[in-house]
Amino acid sequence: MTSMILPPKQPAARRFVFVAMVLACVVLSPLAVLSGYGLDVITEIMIFAIVAVSLNLILGYGGMVSFGHAAFFGLGAYATVLISTRYDVSPWLGLAGGVGTATAAAIVIGAFCVRLGGVGFFMMSLAFAQLLNSGAIKWRPLTGGSDGVGGLLRPELFGFDLSDAGPMYLFTAAGLVGVLLFMRMVIASPFGHAMVGTRESSLRMDAIGYQTRRIRLAAFAVSGAIAGLGGALYAFYNGFVSPDALSFGMSGMILLMVILGGKGSLLGPVLGAGLFLSVKNIVSTHTSHWLLIVGCIFVACVMVCPDGILGFGKRLFRSGERR
Amino acid sequence: MDLFLTQLLNGLVYSVLLFLVSAGLALIFGLLGIVNLAHGSFFMLGGFVALSVTAATGSFWLAMLLAPIPVMAVAGLIEVVFLRRLYARSQLDQVLLTFGLSFILTDVTETIWGKGLSSLQEPQGLREGVSILGNVFPAYRLALLAFGFICAFAIWLVLERTRAGSMVRAGVDDARTAMGIGLNVPALRTATFAIGGGLAALAGVVAGPLLGVFSGIDVEVLIPAFIVVAIGGLGSLRGALIGSLVIGFADTLGKAYIPGVSMFLIYFAMIGILLVRPYGLFGQDPAGG
Repeated sequence: MTSMILPPKQPAARRFVFVAMVLACVVLSPLAVLSGYGLDVITEIMIFAIVAVSLNLILGYGGMVSFGHAAFFGLGAYATVLISTRYDVSPWLGLAGGVGTATAAAIVIGAFCVRLGGVGFFMMSLAFAQLLNSGAIKWRPLTGGSDGVGGLLRPELFGFDLSDAGPMYLFTAAGLVGVLLFMRMVIASPFGHAMVGTRESSLRMDAIGYQTRRIRLAAFAVSGAIAGLGGALYAFYNGFVSPDALSFGMSGMILLMVILGGKGSLLGPVLGAGLFLSVKNIVSTHTSHWLLIVGCIFVACVMVCPDGILGFGKRLFRSGERR
Repeated sequence: MDLFLTQLLNGLVYSVLLFLVSAGLALIFGLLGIVNLAHGSFFMLGGFVALSVTAATGSFWLAMLLAPIPVMAVAGLIEVVFLRRLYARSQLDQVLLTFGLSFILTDVTETIWGKGLSSLQEPQGLREGVSILGNVFPAYRLALLAFGFICAFAIWLVLERTRAGSMVRAGVDDARTAMGIGLNVPALRTATFAIGGGLAALAGVVAGPLLGVFSGIDVEVLIPAFIVVAIGGLGSLRGALIGSLVIGFADTLGKAYIPGVSMFLIYFAMIGILLVRPYGLFGQDPAGG
């Protein structure tokens, strides 16, 4: 486990240039190859990658099984749409409000959840997400009930109109890269190590003198903030949000993306989000049995590769080395 | 007064339905250590099978008798094929597996029966009202109440007064020791999962005339049932009973008298109780402290 967390030691400057070049190629190449629709598809994948990465922080590194992560995604999306449309202010303020709302909610909800371990945490996170889901359905004057709210128009950035697929794609890519760099920093920091320590043995960390509850709460809040950013970007992308964004099913999908790609690794959730949404886009054009396929992916993932695709690949690679 | 009595009855009836679902959920958690996210699907399947049985035979009673059987078979199969391999793994894996299975069961159900909202007919003879002390109560709800008490008593009797029941209790308390003294815990687990599924299916049948039978009712039932076991304490049957009463009344009376916040009431109840007792009213700290 630790080998995944500690960055390998290489000459820093050369490594940085190399990574930056690869990153630039990866980010820019779709712009040259793909049309508007293709870019939209990848933009959506990157938005969910951000959300999956945020869940991975508490699930993979913190060991907290949350079944309510849609709460922060949905809150971010709702707050962004509502602030931008109801108060007629710049969507940028809406985005900031979305992230802020999700962060505040994560601190409050986290304060309740991190008191409990294991199944209690799971139940509590689920209950809060359902509470918000009910709220979004019930509070019609504000949220539009089960119809949702829309009408958000994407703003301009540095003279580029984000309503075009290209600029929106680049903006989202910048967001994802930023989140990944931040996540890498967090994981390598003393705080990140304390978080992993808390996952491995909360009792020992307590005994050494760490405030495990505070560590868990901080991780939960950071995770909620990033999920809120994902939600805000989704609001930009979609212009519309409905209670589905806060639903039980949405929480499950986010969880599946993390598990599918590989929890506890930086890029696993990104891979998971990409794979899941690609399969979804391909399958749902051919058959109405989308649920069946998702269910089978879940089952296959748990039975065959519980460490996700990254873990599965690693195991294959290692067993190949040994022979 | 009349309205209040009716609400009390409705609260009790909802509690009965919740208990039938959450009793299985609690037992399954107790013996198998699994949070079964497919439990609502068993409830839904029970309702749909009952629709088919009543369509073919016209008898509600036959549906009550027959509908749990295929659901028990499906549940037993799930335990043998999938869950059995996961006991050594983390709770996350088990949660994900049952979540995936609930998707598959929903899709299969929709393929066989469609999504449509259909309602089961109450059995003949229970469609009218019954007058007690000048108040008229719907006969079906009264019958359901009686049925619920009989079921709760039967479950208690089996668990506390039979050999099989004491084996299950031994397995819940300490599966390793139970296996060590020669109890067939794997078979007990299969049976418990199947019977728990059957109870949920039975609840799905008797709830049919009240709630309807439709795709999506699985989640609608699963969430309150989860809240019941969280309040009562995971793995505790007594907890499931008390939790069902708390949630049944909180939800029904809330809807009647404070409709504005009724949707949130059950969540508030859960959060409040878990703050004071993190492992539920009758639950035990798994760490033992």
